[in-house]
Amino acid sequence: MKQIYCRPESLKDNANSYCPGCGHGIVHRLIAEIIDELGVREKTIGIAPVGCAVFAYDYWNFDVTEAPHGRPPAVACAVKRVLPDRVVFTYQGDGDLASIGTNEIIHSANRSDNITVIFINNANYGMTGGQMAPTTLPGMRTTTTQNGRDVKVSGYPVRVCELLATLEGTRYLERVMVTDPANINKAKRAIKKAFQAQLDGKGFSLVEVLSPCPVNWGKVPLESLKFVKEEMAKYFKLGVIKDETV
Amino acid sequence: MKNKKHLMKGNEAIAEAAILAGCSFYAGYPITPQNQIPEYMSWRMPEAGGSFIQAESELAAINMVLGASVAGARAMTSSSSPGISLKQEGISYMAGMELPAFIVNMQRGGPGLGNIQGSQADYFQSVKGGGHGDYRLLTFSPSTVQEAADLTAEAFYLADKYRNPALLLSDGILGQMIEPVEFSENKFPKLPPKDYILDGCKGRNPRSLFSLMMGPGVLEKHNFKLAAKYAKIEAEVRKFEEYKLEDAEVVVIANGIIGRISKGAANLLRKDGIKCGVFRPITLWPFPYAEIKAAAANAKNVLVVEQNMGQMVEDVRLALLDDSKVSFLGRPGGGCPFPEEIAGKVREIIK
Repeated sequence: MKQIYCRPESLKDNANSYCPGCGHGIVHRLIAEIIDELGVREKTIGIAPVGCAVFAYDYWNFDVTEAPHGRPPAVACAVKRVLPDRVVFTYQGDGDLASIGTNEIIHSANRSDNITVIFINNANYGMTGGQMAPTTLPGMRTTTTQNGRDVKVSGYPVRVCELLATLEGTRYLERVMVTDPANINKAKRAIKKAFQAQLDGKGFSLVEVLSPCPVNWGKVPLESLKFVKEEMAKYFKLGVIKDETV
Repeated sequence: MKNKKHLMKGNEAIAEAAILAGCSFYAGYPITPQNQIPEYMSWRMPEAGGSFIQAESELAAINMVLGASVAGARAMTSSSSPGISLKQEGISYMAGMELPAFIVNMQRGGPGLGNIQGSQADYFQSVKGGGHGDYRLLTFSPSTVQEAADLTAEAFYLADKYRNPALLLSDGILGQMIEPVEFSENKFPKLPPKDYILDGCKGRNPRSLFSLMMGPGVLEKHNFKLAAKYAKIEAEVRKFEEYKLEDAEVVVIANGIIGRISKGAANLLRKDGIKCGVFRPITLWPFPYAEIKAAAANAKNVLVVEQNMGQMVEDVRLALLDDSKVSFLGRPGGGCPFPEEIAGKVREIIK
């Protein structure tokens, strides 16, 4: 019998620590499938963030290091310079990448470090219990914006892809969401393209993934998916923001 | 460059010694008085086949060093006091992840932005923690350009040997001073291949490096393991210089450039028949407690001299457990004593 679906070799047979309905598990699997398809598992080094994905090394079946909060791009930059023929990627949340790590991501992009960045935007700090993130939508309730984010107090959600698109060094920037099979397939195509860009020596690429966080949002998984599609995707426009890979 | 005398600034000699020690990755950020290190590295490192990056911040620089160490390179950064404060994040993580690295602190006056003159105000930061958590940092204090170059090579070796970050704690005086220096052949034993680095899992199981240990008792076990390593380093690595101590009735204890100036003071005093010697700790962690106790056993007086208002003196008191013998001379904020000032203080305390 022909096998058409199985656990990717790049994904360990471990139960993950993510909440029900969370998007991390989907994106972890997509990355694992892509690493397998590209045949680079034995030359890949992943950089895990501080946040829910900090234990990524328990899930991915290739070399993974932790990095201090916000610093994965600096760590990845160095790993890639020391080992230029390896595949190096960071996996970062919105607090890690768009708040404490803005300096590192901007300058990694500006140097056009030949790395791939997977940016999970779920509009809150998940690991610490659902505080306001730089990507929290106006009016959205979090544990530190209990009456909803007031832009007069806390400013506006940061659109990372659009911000980075102004830099000469960025080669490929796309925003996707993992809400349904069609969009998950789109997300996979985008992430694969970002890895391929690195293999082709193109320079810095980033895929932003809008991802549900049901527990911290106080919504059941189906409502969370609806929120991503109807609210988040309205503010954070989906699609290719910049593509200079051709 | 090897086996030939060169006239070099301390900063440049450290950079060249690092290259000759096999350093293949440097990341740094401009700050006075250490700028000659990144400037030298910017052309010399590519020439030697390594990577130089002018980072966007000290935080990025130390985390690049962390990344380079993850990938197995001998990696270094350098800065001066305010920048070293920012680097404490990465130093703590590397201590936790047991990653080797070489860090240079060309100290300047503080606190805050301070000034750009020589200082020893970062002693506490270097040997008592600096970053968060229960860790130790190998700390070396040179007193000449030659010694700075020699300790650079040794620090890379010991950092790799013990899988621990190492710090060269110097100051603007030595960084800017021009002296003859000779780079010797690598005299350190060959170390086993690094079996913890991440370079892709070809032919082996995947590896991970981390400092988050949430399971019950896991971190405590890791801390016990680190403590055993630190005890081993304390037993195996203690460097110091003893100068005219055989008959000394007064022992001056000072490190770095102040230790060197103190030797001048001892010579002035001996001309007048005052039996003064100098004990100069070279490793500040591990601190030579037992050796200081022995050196001061027969002395009537001990004078600790520092370019701060009293930091290493606390460790000297711990070594002696006899405060009645100990006096202190401090010149903070970039002040630097001449030998005459130290000799004058000795004359005062032996009265």
